[in-house]
Amino acid sequence: MIDPVTLIVALIGASTPILLAAIGELVVEKSGVLNLGVEGMMIIGAICGFMTAVNIGFSWSGFVAGAAGGAILSVVFAFLTQFLLSNQVATGLALTLFGLGLAALLGEAYSGISPPLTPDLFPQTLQEGSAISSIIFGHDPVIYLSLGLVAAVWYVLQHTRAGLILRAVGENHDAAHALGYRVVRIRCLAIIFGGACAGLGGAYLSLVRVPSWTEGMTAGAGWIALAIVVFASWRPWRALLGAYLFGGIAALQLRLQASDITVPVVLLDMSPYIVTIVVLVLMSSNRVRATLNAPAALGKVFHASG
Amino acid sequence: MLRLEKRPAPARGWIIGAPILAVLLTMVAGGLMFALLGKDPAESIRVIFWDPLFDDRFAGFSRPQLLVKAGPLILIAIGLSLGFRAGIWNIGAEGQYIIGAICGAGFGLAFFPSENPLIFPGMIIAGALGGWAWAMIPAILRTRFRTNEILVSLLLVYVAEAILATAATGFLRNPDGAGFPGSRNLARHPGTDNPEIFAGTGVHWGVMTAFIAVIAACVLLNRHILGYQIKLAGQAPRAARFAGVNAARLIILCLGISGAVAGMAGLFEVAGPAGQISIDFNSGYGFTAIIVAFLGRLHPVGILLAGLLMALTFIGGELAQLMLGVPAPAIQAFQGMLLFFLLALDVLSNYQVRIGYRTAA
Amino acid sequence: MGLTPLLTIDGLTKTYPGVVANDDVSFHLAPGEIHALLGENGAGKSTLVKMIYGLAKPDAGAMTLGGAPYTPAAPWAARAAGVAMVFQHFSLFEALNVAENIALGTETLPPPRALAAQIREVGKSYGLPLDPGRLVGDLSAGERQRVEIIRCLLQNPRLLIMDEPTSVLTPQEADILFHTLRKISAGGAAILYISHKLEDIRTLCDKATILRQGKVVATCTPREVSAARIAELMVGQLLSPPARTERAPGEVLLKVADLSLEPVAAFGTPLRHIGFDVRAGEVLGIGGVAGNGQDELLMALSGEVLTAPGAILFKDHGIGAMPPGQRRSLGLLCAPEERLGHAAAPDMSLTENAVLTARQREGLERGGFLDWAGAKDFARRVIANFDVRTPGPDVVARALSGGNLQKYVIGREILQTPTVLVVNQPTWGVDAGAAAAIRQALLDLAKGGAAVVCISQDIDELLEISDWFCALNEGHLSTPRPVRGLSMEEIGLMLGGAHATHKAEPGATHAAA
Repeated sequence: MIDPVTLIVALIGASTPILLAAIGELVVEKSGVLNLGVEGMMIIGAICGFMTAVNIGFSWSGFVAGAAGGAILSVVFAFLTQFLLSNQVATGLALTLFGLGLAALLGEAYSGISPPLTPDLFPQTLQEGSAISSIIFGHDPVIYLSLGLVAAVWYVLQHTRAGLILRAVGENHDAAHALGYRVVRIRCLAIIFGGACAGLGGAYLSLVRVPSWTEGMTAGAGWIALAIVVFASWRPWRALLGAYLFGGIAALQLRLQASDITVPVVLLDMSPYIVTIVVLVLMSSNRVRATLNAPAALGKVFHASG
Repeated sequence: MLRLEKRPAPARGWIIGAPILAVLLTMVAGGLMFALLGKDPAESIRVIFWDPLFDDRFAGFSRPQLLVKAGPLILIAIGLSLGFRAGIWNIGAEGQYIIGAICGAGFGLAFFPSENPLIFPGMIIAGALGGWAWAMIPAILRTRFRTNEILVSLLLVYVAEAILATAATGFLRNPDGAGFPGSRNLARHPGTDNPEIFAGTGVHWGVMTAFIAVIAACVLLNRHILGYQIKLAGQAPRAARFAGVNAARLIILCLGISGAVAGMAGLFEVAGPAGQISIDFNSGYGFTAIIVAFLGRLHPVGILLAGLLMALTFIGGELAQLMLGVPAPAIQAFQGMLLFFLLALDVLSNYQVRIGYRTAA
Repeated sequence: MGLTPLLTIDGLTKTYPGVVANDDVSFHLAPGEIHALLGENGAGKSTLVKMIYGLAKPDAGAMTLGGAPYTPAAPWAARAAGVAMVFQHFSLFEALNVAENIALGTETLPPPRALAAQIREVGKSYGLPLDPGRLVGDLSAGERQRVEIIRCLLQNPRLLIMDEPTSVLTPQEADILFHTLRKISAGGAAILYISHKLEDIRTLCDKATILRQGKVVATCTPREVSAARIAELMVGQLLSPPARTERAPGEVLLKVADLSLEPVAAFGTPLRHIGFDVRAGEVLGIGGVAGNGQDELLMALSGEVLTAPGAILFKDHGIGAMPPGQRRSLGLLCAPEERLGHAAAPDMSLTENAVLTARQREGLERGGFLDWAGAKDFARRVIANFDVRTPGPDVVARALSGGNLQKYVIGREILQTPTVLVVNQPTWGVDAGAAAAIRQALLDLAKGGAAVVCISQDIDELLEISDWFCALNEGHLSTPRPVRGLSMEEIGLMLGGAHATHKAEPGATHAAA
């Protein structure tokens, strides 16, 4: 049988890489930029984090390096789209293709190694009390960080001037420029934040979730993160809901595969992707909901003309 | 300080010049990468770009391989370029390629061991239909529910890969294969094989189809109303609507065409160079074709040249792996770099770089 | 007048590639003065304003503000120095609410609740009521302008710049605005008022500086100079009104009956029970401030948005559900307001743009294949007949100036000899000479027996060429009335939405604004 408590704990773990990437991309898209390179930044984060953690011996150094790796790759995207005004869709795809290749290259010597362990944040005694306490206390620090990040992004976007400016830039870059805001600078910062989040998510995948390095290990997680941003209609708490929903399906299908219930493996393998598509369809078929919160300048090239 | 000024009209020189410069810059950056890997950069570049074509030891094998590898890339990229021009982003060609191969192979294997000459044409049609049907999923979701076709088409690649795994180990598995995964070999069975048409050239029916597709796309884009509508919809969607272009019809058509040709490419591959349905017979052509489409500036002739160049990097990459021990993924990173440089240099055809103070913000 | 000028502008010069936008411009403003900056489109008004507001740097010349040298590096510097600006376009965020929009334009941000109170307070004292929590996308044009004005007033500016403020207002709303502006200037702030509307300036402004082709051609007191004289200074030549001849009305060619349409885009305007008809040889003028459903009406007529078949009748045939191409084949042609991106594809050549609307009627397509030689020929004819200044038909559309492209777009439709032509803002942003030519072409078309529907914000233009006049307000159309004998006040009421003649329906709550 499937134990609900371990399922919930596993669900949270399975969701966290996607949640991190999605919350970063949400900020990027709120600033009016569509970065389709999430998958590439995640896998770069996964390998950078893995290499660093293995060589230094502490998992935390891997998380820092993963975030840095994702951020560095996103700088390339920022430079191309914000300064050289390249097409965001094409550049994002290039980022993904390049990231997958580079990660495979960097990781050649690292397959089959185990990374250093990431300890849980709270001591074992606190977790063992009951089902509730193991759900609340039974995680590593990155999971708490990801939740904190969701809250922080929500607070900044809704309740601070910086968030207001970010939303304004994503809504109408010409108006923001006319008021004197530095559209390009603000967007670059958002892109780098998104890259760091995706990289951290990737590092979590290789250091905690799997934990090992295999080529192409993100397996579409970056694309699912992009879908979750649409599902969430650009709201941070809904992104959390979306990521956990997805994580729940992923965790459940793994457990079903291990149990004796006879569902064809092929259906279980493809279920996360199919469910993501179905949810996307449900979200986008509602026109009002789909357009109201979407940043109006999303994906449009900004060039301040004389 | 450098600043950009929009040109009144795109500079024609740079439209051709930018890809060439991008290739050169990629060679420099790639050389640097090889140097970091501890290889001699000049030798690596020579092994990748020169030896496969002109070195006596390899050219005999490599030259036909060039067309074998370029064929599917060109065929898929031509299909994708139509949609990309119209602002319809099918990035799931890899999935359509896989499904096309499975449908086409399934059709051929259903008649096994018949050697009827109608089987191979039937396989091509089945492959095209399979790819088309797989592309219709994002097309219909987009037109009926406004669901983003980028995400749907991409996510369907993973679904297609799951189906491929079941096909290779389950419903298409070779009954005489002693339980090993993989279908019967189509290429070694007359009636289901996609043979080399001219001996020693590497030209099989898929390569021929790719050449035909290039010519057809040229005619379509330059002379036909559909090509005009595709360009119009991509450049100015509101103007397209004003002109009477039916956006939904265009989405169905573009995704359908690109899906069908990707499916055909998959069938040609599985019945020819790959030979059988196996878990990993697909070698990422569907993704590399995206690079080919952009590198060719979405222009049919450009795609033809870009496809050949990209095929060269594949063959040269394999050679470099063999001769110099350059790791295989290096070539993928190399191809990604090429796309970066191209996108970066695109700016030159639409904007003029001026040196001076940014007087007007 | 004040003793020391508040703002002096001395010899400002600004060059863009190919154009001298401002050439040695000098004038000054006293505190509390309402100073008009007058000029045609392209005379250099916006460039000058951009330099004052820190959005552009002058190549030469100097400014002082309150006696001290003034060189704003960016808009925030201008705001810090006490200069505020109300933009004509591009400075509001539709998906954000009023308070957020205002917060974005001020440097010092009070807490949200205090800001809301401040907005209400300033609104009350200047007669500009506004709800801080409403989404800007849901506001009317006049209300949006209030947001901009309040945003400026909250900074207690010494100088307020208003860029074409009445172009989005009805005459009644404009009166309210003038009242507010006089209150502001009585408080000691100077106002730089940019416009090309002579009547506005004669009622409101103390002084006027007139620009032509980047140079100051005169500074005068507008109340003391005749409107005709100012117009002559602005344009540089006297323009004769278009010639029109009386004609007997023919059969009804286009009839719109009870056309209702939900908005296509977010924050669009719905159309409500629109009805009118146009006869052969007549021009119907549809006035109204932009954003009241003009775009939507044009799209319904062109076929970009489909309706019930019977809502639009062409020679008694219901065509409401017919796509654009078929409507063109019948003879219903349209020219939308937005030239680049809607009427024409910016990066396509004029030949390719000819195919955009002319392929059916000019036979430029045979069996799916395009006749490029024929298209080029047609493009050449448009260029020649409508005096489009361009090297040739291979030039891309965005390389043409606004006026020349407008002539091309209108000419492209007229040369196809339409039975019914619908144009939206045919002379918007076009210089006076080209505007006169376009109006004449529309009149000639009607004279030849076609029916013309002209949607425009420019009331003078409509009165000049129309036989019938009606106004679009929040998606409602007033009943068309003959132009002859219509008073300015009646027009104002029609524009303001007092559609008393329109049949009231249960549940309709749109009343006079």
